[in-house]
Amino acid sequence: MKNSISIFAAAILMLLLPLTASAAARDTIKIVGSSTVYPFATVVAERFGKSTKFNTPVIESTGSGGGLKLFCKGIGVEHPDITNASRRIKQKEIDNCAKAGVTDIIEIKIGYDGIVIANSKKADVLALTKRQIFLALAPEIPHPNGAKQLIKNPNVTWRDVDSSLPNIKIEVLGPPPTSGTRDAFAELAMEGGCKTFKWLKDIKKENKKRYKAICRSVREDGPYIEAGENDNLIVQKLNANPKALGVFGYSFLVENSDSIQGSFVDGVLPTFENIAQGDYKVSRPLYFYVKKAHIGTIPGMKEFLREFTADKTIGQDGYLTDKGLIPMPSGEYSQFRSAASKLSTLSGLN
Amino acid sequence: MSNTLQETQDISEIVNRGLKKRYRSEFMFRFYGVVSILFAVVFLLVFFSSIISKGYSAFTQGELNMKIYLNEEVIDPDQLRDEEEIRYANFDKLVLDSLKTYFPEVSSRKERKELKSLVSSGTSLRLQSMVLNDYSLIGQEINIWVRLDSDIDMYLKGNIDVSLDESQRRISDNQVRWVQELQEQNLISQNFNSTLFTAGDSREPELAGVLGALVGSFFMLIITFIVAFPLGVAAAIYLEEFAPKNRFIDFVEVNINNLAAVPSIIYGLLGLAVFINFFGMPRSAPLVGGLVLALMTFPVIIIASRAALQSVPPSITDAALGVGASKIQTVFDHVFPLALPGMLTGSIIGMARALGESAPLLMIGMVAFVVDVPSSPLDSSAALPVQVYLWADAPERGFVERTSAAILVLLFFLLLMNSTAIWLRNKFETKW
Repeated sequence: MKNSISIFAAAILMLLLPLTASAAARDTIKIVGSSTVYPFATVVAERFGKSTKFNTPVIESTGSGGGLKLFCKGIGVEHPDITNASRRIKQKEIDNCAKAGVTDIIEIKIGYDGIVIANSKKADVLALTKRQIFLALAPEIPHPNGAKQLIKNPNVTWRDVDSSLPNIKIEVLGPPPTSGTRDAFAELAMEGGCKTFKWLKDIKKENKKRYKAICRSVREDGPYIEAGENDNLIVQKLNANPKALGVFGYSFLVENSDSIQGSFVDGVLPTFENIAQGDYKVSRPLYFYVKKAHIGTIPGMKEFLREFTADKTIGQDGYLTDKGLIPMPSGEYSQFRSAASKLSTLSGLN
Repeated sequence: MSNTLQETQDISEIVNRGLKKRYRSEFMFRFYGVVSILFAVVFLLVFFSSIISKGYSAFTQGELNMKIYLNEEVIDPDQLRDEEEIRYANFDKLVLDSLKTYFPEVSSRKERKELKSLVSSGTSLRLQSMVLNDYSLIGQEINIWVRLDSDIDMYLKGNIDVSLDESQRRISDNQVRWVQELQEQNLISQNFNSTLFTAGDSREPELAGVLGALVGSFFMLIITFIVAFPLGVAAAIYLEEFAPKNRFIDFVEVNINNLAAVPSIIYGLLGLAVFINFFGMPRSAPLVGGLVLALMTFPVIIIASRAALQSVPPSITDAALGVGASKIQTVFDHVFPLALPGMLTGSIIGMARALGESAPLLMIGMVAFVVDVPSSPLDSSAALPVQVYLWADAPERGFVERTSAAILVLLFFLLLMNSTAIWLRNKFETKW
């Protein structure tokens, strides 16, 4: 009887404990955000934690949008200090941040990530154009006779799309709409192909919403298969099915270069040099955003920024390039590095 | 007389005619039973053999026996023995210098980079901490086993096809040649991968371990037990022994049974809304995870405890009441002790389910990259099933085998908990 009372007391204590604990200080940097930046940020965090006296930052992969939402909730130890993003922050998000008192945000670009369209090495390398990608994967495409009219996408094989392509079924494994990779794929590859039809491009001026609906949608009748956020799974499926194509980040191509190969897009292969020089167009910038108010409150913030923006990290031969990050051109790099060392904040999107 | 004989013969004929069919239906039923069991066993075998065949190699790790000269010129040229100075010393250079003694012909920048990446990038950090712990090592030559880089390890384990063109694989022709030379000198061997059990997460497969996740899971289960067990048992005792029989109590009972069947992700959402957003508890902490899992396990414990209380024969209660014990004395001195083993068994099985749960943890931020092993339930931490999820998603080839290894560790603990439950039941079970 006495025992059970003490167990009850312990339980109640455990319930009350966090109320006092949440007010306590935090000595570990908390990072949220993009799953694309996650594999890079974790490497930096680990090196930072092991080589300095500070704790290793904790990184949670929430997606770019989810990360910014958490980041903009307010200032204080219960909110994250840094968020990673595989796209630039939006004006709406800056406004949301400001509403919660998060006004001084430091923007740091870490480099680029290419989006590759790849297949198994057992099959031939495909040479695609953005226009072909759009014609193969959009739900509605312009009438083949050239009329300014949209029809339901009738293409079943790549041969249907273009007579130069092989006669195999269109099967593309790619990420779901919640993913930043999917956003970038839709914006860069699909819309890029869509824009090559002049009358579709003209819609943009009249009706931006309709233009986006036509150009950035992906068909849902089978050829595009949502394979989840797990890029490893896509790689495995490509190995099992040499006829299928997969859409994922360049870093996964680097790790699996022995079994899969990237397709040409507009005549350019997704190689390190081609993405870095900007020849391979399906690539996007990667960022992270820092709360200036937390520098000085959370130990190690300044040092972590220095580590992440150091030449040995994201420079031309930095260790993140081994992991598949495409470094910025040196001019751009020095601009962001000085922004980081001066802790200059984002004044607006330009 | 002949009439009855006739009738008996008729009946036995009918019986005989139907007999074959009846035997057949019995045979078929047994056959179906055996087939379904075989089916289950085959699935289990396929499941285990695929995990074990993928995961067993993660328990060893390729290591290189290296002589490293801890050059004072590099570590502490001014002989200050100052911690901050030594921390920033270039330990990478010591590793590279040592490797160069084996392959003096290496000169170009590309070759140096290749040579350096033979061994794990954690080697220099290991040297750093060795020196920081013992300054007397400076200036000496030490002989240690250092872990090979994960790509080299994958090659040694036969997971990299070297017949492909050099540009299409993770290791270069030079590295293959060097590794073969080192193998001929017997400097490379596969040793037990103790890191897997002594380290937290890492992005380098050869440095990654499950200890952080294991400790996180342990803290969570402790909190789950402390919160859910007393509350669950108290609720069960009240409902079974004291509660009046009315519509309200019926309503409560129906809801408890419903609660046990609620999908776990919903408890995660509840935890996010209540514990993190309302009470302001830290994200990614085992404390919140434990509380969420406690909510999930709570109804299971109530149901198991009530079953245990019901299995105590009424004669015990009657006897106690008969000799003048009060209701509360009857329950706590006689019924409860007899029901306790059954309650514990049910709770352990509920906790085993909580250990394997990952969905609610995704909602409360436990899917985080945490290198440091947590030292309290308030520190950020991962949990075992979440670690499996994170590693399955990592691009590095070395994590494929480690994912399976983490699954094996998780299965081991599940098996341990379930067999404890069976052992408890057999040891304390009373036959009435």
